[in-house]
Amino acid sequence: MSPLQIQKGTSRHSAYDLRDPHSDVEEVHTLAVLVDNEAGVLARVIGLFSGRGYNIESLTVAEVDHEGHLSRITIVTTGTPAVIEQIKAQLGRIVPVHDVHDLTVEGPAVERELALFKVKGSGDKRVEALRLADIFRANAVDSTLESFVFELTGTSAKIDAFAELMRPLGLIEMARTGVAALSRGV
Amino acid sequence: MTQAMTGAKMVVQALKDQGVEVVFGYPGGAVLPIYDEIFQQNDIRHILVRHEQGAVHAAEGYARSTGKPGVVLVTSGPGATNAVTGITDALLDSIPLVVLTGQVPTFMIGTDGFQEADTVGITRPCTKHNWLVKETDKLAATLHEAFHVATSGRPGPVLIDIPKDVQFASGTYTPPNGAGRSHYQPKVKGDIDTITQLVEAMEKAERPVFYTGGGVINSGPAASQLLRELVEATGFPITSTLMGLGAYPASGDKWLGMLGMHGLYEANLAMHGCDLMINIGARFDDRITGRIADFSPNSIKAHIDIDPSSINKVIHVDMPIIGDVGHVLEDMLRIWKSRGRKTNKPGLKKWWGQIDAWRQVDCLSFDPSPKTIKPQHALQRLEALTKDHDRYITTEVGQHQMWAAQFLGFEDPNRWMTSGGLGTMGYGFPASIGVQLAHPESLVINVAGEASWLMNMQEMGTTVQYRLPVKQFILNNERLGMVRQWQELLHGERYSHSWSEALPDFVKLAEAFGAKGIYCDNPDDLDDAILEMINHDGPVIFDCLVEKHENCFPMIPSGEPHNKMLLGDASTSDVIGSSGAVLV
Repeated sequence: MSPLQIQKGTSRHSAYDLRDPHSDVEEVHTLAVLVDNEAGVLARVIGLFSGRGYNIESLTVAEVDHEGHLSRITIVTTGTPAVIEQIKAQLGRIVPVHDVHDLTVEGPAVERELALFKVKGSGDKRVEALRLADIFRANAVDSTLESFVFELTGTSAKIDAFAELMRPLGLIEMARTGVAALSRGV
Repeated sequence: MTQAMTGAKMVVQALKDQGVEVVFGYPGGAVLPIYDEIFQQNDIRHILVRHEQGAVHAAEGYARSTGKPGVVLVTSGPGATNAVTGITDALLDSIPLVVLTGQVPTFMIGTDGFQEADTVGITRPCTKHNWLVKETDKLAATLHEAFHVATSGRPGPVLIDIPKDVQFASGTYTPPNGAGRSHYQPKVKGDIDTITQLVEAMEKAERPVFYTGGGVINSGPAASQLLRELVEATGFPITSTLMGLGAYPASGDKWLGMLGMHGLYEANLAMHGCDLMINIGARFDDRITGRIADFSPNSIKAHIDIDPSSINKVIHVDMPIIGDVGHVLEDMLRIWKSRGRKTNKPGLKKWWGQIDAWRQVDCLSFDPSPKTIKPQHALQRLEALTKDHDRYITTEVGQHQMWAAQFLGFEDPNRWMTSGGLGTMGYGFPASIGVQLAHPESLVINVAGEASWLMNMQEMGTTVQYRLPVKQFILNNERLGMVRQWQELLHGERYSHSWSEALPDFVKLAEAFGAKGIYCDNPDDLDDAILEMINHDGPVIFDCLVEKHENCFPMIPSGEPHNKMLLGDASTSDVIGSSGAVLV
């Protein structure tokens, strides 16, 4: 407390204050950014991250409202609480950005990613790959006598786990979409 | 009224409808259709500069001194890339500009055509927003939106890239009000709860200080008026950044002078020792804060800013208020008055006693010399002989800029144009041209160093062509003075490339352009020479030979806090530690 009897760090309208703003601990946040679907808008967002030295762990973008020409960009980023707040404020002042939501602090959210895995193998390894795919509810979307392509949807952690299991079984190529996310409820 | 016209005609029509009077530009292949339209009308005046960077700085000077957006018209490729420095300068100092660039025709984009550059790509990080217009039907709405974006919220430069075929093609013109409401509508009203909280703190504060910045000036003359009312009513001391000079009059008795790296002792110590800091439209720039960890350690901080990204970017504040300075000041005053106009009078009395003691240090004192002109003395004389004029000052960047900020007094906003954020050498001369165009009857002086001035000296042609009586007051120390000062403090007095060799004879240079040159190297002749400059009806280059190795004090060495100021040459050895040495 200061001599003025005002609690330091008070500002009443932000979930920011539930966390320690001076923390040095890096957090992972998922941001949903609604933007005008116009030329260069993705370059603006990416340029902001590279220009100001922020991290992008994952980024997805697609038009979500054809009539309104709106796209949704989902960004997974890491940073201290102060950096995360700065990222949101910087995103918010890009002119074609309509809205920035921090799904990590605004309540529960679902996050999903889709990945494709090409696994080459024969004999026991091939059988084991198929068995594990079944456990993970991955679909085989292509098969030859010596390979499978599995399709898997889930959290990034689930996709990481599946990739780890497939690696000794002949994983030779992998493609991931990056995270798409929505808040739960309405 | 919507009507069909060519893209080139639309550009001129939109500028007229937006109230534009002056365009600064330079023609080229990709903007010929627009220049053809300019040729066929008389409403908009086009000023032909000598380099596109000059056009942008001139537009900045025009904008900063009028509060209206500056407009620039340049061609594709090199025209656009030459404008980049000026655009970046305007971004960092929040100056509203609309920059129009020509582009190769749409069907040639991406072919590495003649004078093709990816202008929107190059300028994306240095504009507030930019557009490449590929259809003539969208041109009018984009032009109007550009003016809206440049001037709303935190002002800044915007750019519209217009391919040549879009300029030739016909489309439908929509006037400004017919374009529909933009979704870009920054919040201007501050949160009343937080403003009330700030007023409560102001009532109790023992050692308050107003720390104001360029945001007050950008908010308009009404904001400066409200600030003056608030300062007078509360009796709180006030300091300002380089960008905010003039919002509160330098002659006011609450004025502490500029703060920051070369700010006044009393201003910086007030910032360091205050218990309530009220930041109004400033952004805790590193020239202001010094070492972050020791910045004003015992204060509660309020921050009023229209840009949410300025809040908590550098310094964590206790009372963030997002809104336009004018609106927030109005609410602050209203709430403070309605609660009974309370302040902590005993606390304030003690605080002013402390401040007066700091003022006794007389931090701007210097050793006068009977033989050579001290730069500080030159500025004191310039101030004495011009302060009663209707005067506008621009500067270049370096020691002379800091001395000008210290020794010249500004009584009104929009009278002081300087490159603060980007620190662009070469800014002041073209800026003075823009100011003079906006205020043809006023005395416009560019306080310059010889090195900065040479960076855009080609604009002498512009001043002579348009008979702009701008005064170029060059403090010539034949050195890159600020670089030299840092080399003295930081690099063992090894003056690597920080002197100006092969300087021109500035008097002959002026005459070569058809202007007047004045040379002065004797303190006894200085007043007469300055009067001769003021009284000459036309552009003047004033070559004022000053002390070569004068250092600019006070100075907060980089990496040090406010209370570690240097006041004079005695204390300058080893003042910057290794951690400070990496800072600029």
